[in-house]
Amino acid sequence: MKNFIATLLMGLAGLTLSAADTHAQSGPLRIEITDGVIEPLPYAVPNFVAETSSASAVSKDIARVIAADLNGTGLFREIPEEAFISTITNFSSPVQFADWKAINAQALISGAVTVDGGGNLSVKFRVYDVFSGQELGNGLRLRGTTDGWRRIAHKVADAVYSRITGESGYFDSRVVYVSETGPKDDRKKRLAIMDYDGANLKFLTDSSSIVLAPRFSPTGDRVLYTSYETGFPRVFVMDVGSVTRRVLEDQPGTMSFAPRFSPDGKEVVFSITEGGNTDIYRMNIASGSRTRLTSAPSIETAPSYSPDGSQIVFESDRSGTQQLYIMAANGGPAKRISFGQGRYGTPVWSPRGDLIAFTKQNKGRFHIGVMRTDGSEERLLTASFLDEGPTWAPNGRVIMFTRETQGANGSASLYSVDVSGRNLKTVRTQGGGSDPSWSPLQQ
Amino acid sequence: MSRLTLVTALMASVALSACTDPGRLGGGGLFGGNSQGQFEPGSIDDPTSPAYFQQAIGDRVLFEVDQSTLTQEGRAILVAQAGWLITNSDYVAIIEGHADEQGTREYNLALGARRANAVREFLIEQGVAGVRLRTVSYGKERPIEICSAESCYAQNRRAVTIISGGLTS
Repeated sequence: MKNFIATLLMGLAGLTLSAADTHAQSGPLRIEITDGVIEPLPYAVPNFVAETSSASAVSKDIARVIAADLNGTGLFREIPEEAFISTITNFSSPVQFADWKAINAQALISGAVTVDGGGNLSVKFRVYDVFSGQELGNGLRLRGTTDGWRRIAHKVADAVYSRITGESGYFDSRVVYVSETGPKDDRKKRLAIMDYDGANLKFLTDSSSIVLAPRFSPTGDRVLYTSYETGFPRVFVMDVGSVTRRVLEDQPGTMSFAPRFSPDGKEVVFSITEGGNTDIYRMNIASGSRTRLTSAPSIETAPSYSPDGSQIVFESDRSGTQQLYIMAANGGPAKRISFGQGRYGTPVWSPRGDLIAFTKQNKGRFHIGVMRTDGSEERLLTASFLDEGPTWAPNGRVIMFTRETQGANGSASLYSVDVSGRNLKTVRTQGGGSDPSWSPLQQ
Repeated sequence: MSRLTLVTALMASVALSACTDPGRLGGGGLFGGNSQGQFEPGSIDDPTSPAYFQQAIGDRVLFEVDQSTLTQEGRAILVAQAGWLITNSDYVAIIEGHADEQGTREYNLALGARRANAVREFLIEQGVAGVRLRTVSYGKERPIEICSAESCYAQNRRAVTIISGGLTS
């Protein structure tokens, strides 16, 4: 999949719209995500046309994955196939817009699939604004191998999402998390990686040691995590492709945890505990050279870089309770940004740079919330017995987190919620899951 | 509990096979002669055994919510722990700090470390050599009681002193 190629289909009829024209006529078919969509946009995605006989199964599967992606956003509503008046049997034939208007499909996605003898998959698609009878953007062709068909479907869905919302998508992405099995007092934890929708699950470690809080690198090629493999919590870095790992910090008598990559992927910011005191350090991964960023007798942990790498948000109980602070990436004075009631932890800077997601604990309940980077406009998105550990979708519009249920049979699951607070739902995993980290969009 | 029990059983068997000489109470060698005591060596009745440390002295102290300050009750247990460690100088200990589930994962790791360190420093003040005492925090990862109520949380906010093989082993 590394040689994933996306090429414009320039030769097909009807694809001569310029970019400017496309934008000009896309006016009515537009979802403004920031408005908080109440009425999802109705659309149709008929089965893609199989242009070779070996493509017939995958052409249906691709349309289903595209629909699952779009429906899952809560911004789109699929019109079921049973309602179709006609369907698309030839990718090049003119679209019968009247048939789609009649069933109130505002957007229409048509596509075609070929599979050659070598297992190479080619998918072309177009997105239409049914009511204006115009195409949204240009037709695209995506190529890959047949075993990468889900990624191609996600890329099509990302393109549709992007053309209709004006925002980048998040479907061709992965999640690394901690898979959990067994009862609370004998919980087995393993690092696992999967597509954002739960497909293609793969375990990265066995359950012989506790593993915690994996974090993707900015390109998704590596994962930082904390493991008790040595008997003590230690930060490890793993290469996702080869599943090889090495310990980053192994100073005797200390423990290290809560790692995150810098935006350039060259540094790690994390906590070291020594003599009961926890502070924040940064380390150059290549050289191993280490800089201490905080030196207070309080707990300083859960650091997260701003997207430009200039600042770090973290939590500290220096005031007496857990609160959020921002400091320069090379340390120095820190400014407190959380002032509401309760305790604030696990801050994560959004990929857009505009918001900080956090866990809030107040009056016996846990919340996932967001605030601006100056601490203003705090909004709580969730509430439960125990919600924690937010991670941002690559486009900064959705947050995934851990929800743990109460009681002796309590278990942890992954959930996601829009930054608007809408569309709370479970993320499909095999067994329990915690500590998700959302990858960037794959290349 | 299963892991704790296993560790205790292992340690008891180590003590049984290697440290059966009551004379070691007086500073005898690690590998002593036959036991002639009034108790089964290595059992809870053997005051030199880790089982005795765990069950008769008490291997754990509990903490208040979000606190790492030792309670009066905790100090009393730790004074006895220190006495045992000073007498049984061939053993080392790992002090495990734990937190209840009401907290975020990273914070609870740091809180557990504070608790373990509070115990370690107290034992050192009582005369135990620091080199014999390591600490580790499990945060909220290893509860022993699993209900979501204060009765369980109180048992989970703990620091446990785990006795293990000697410095020379």
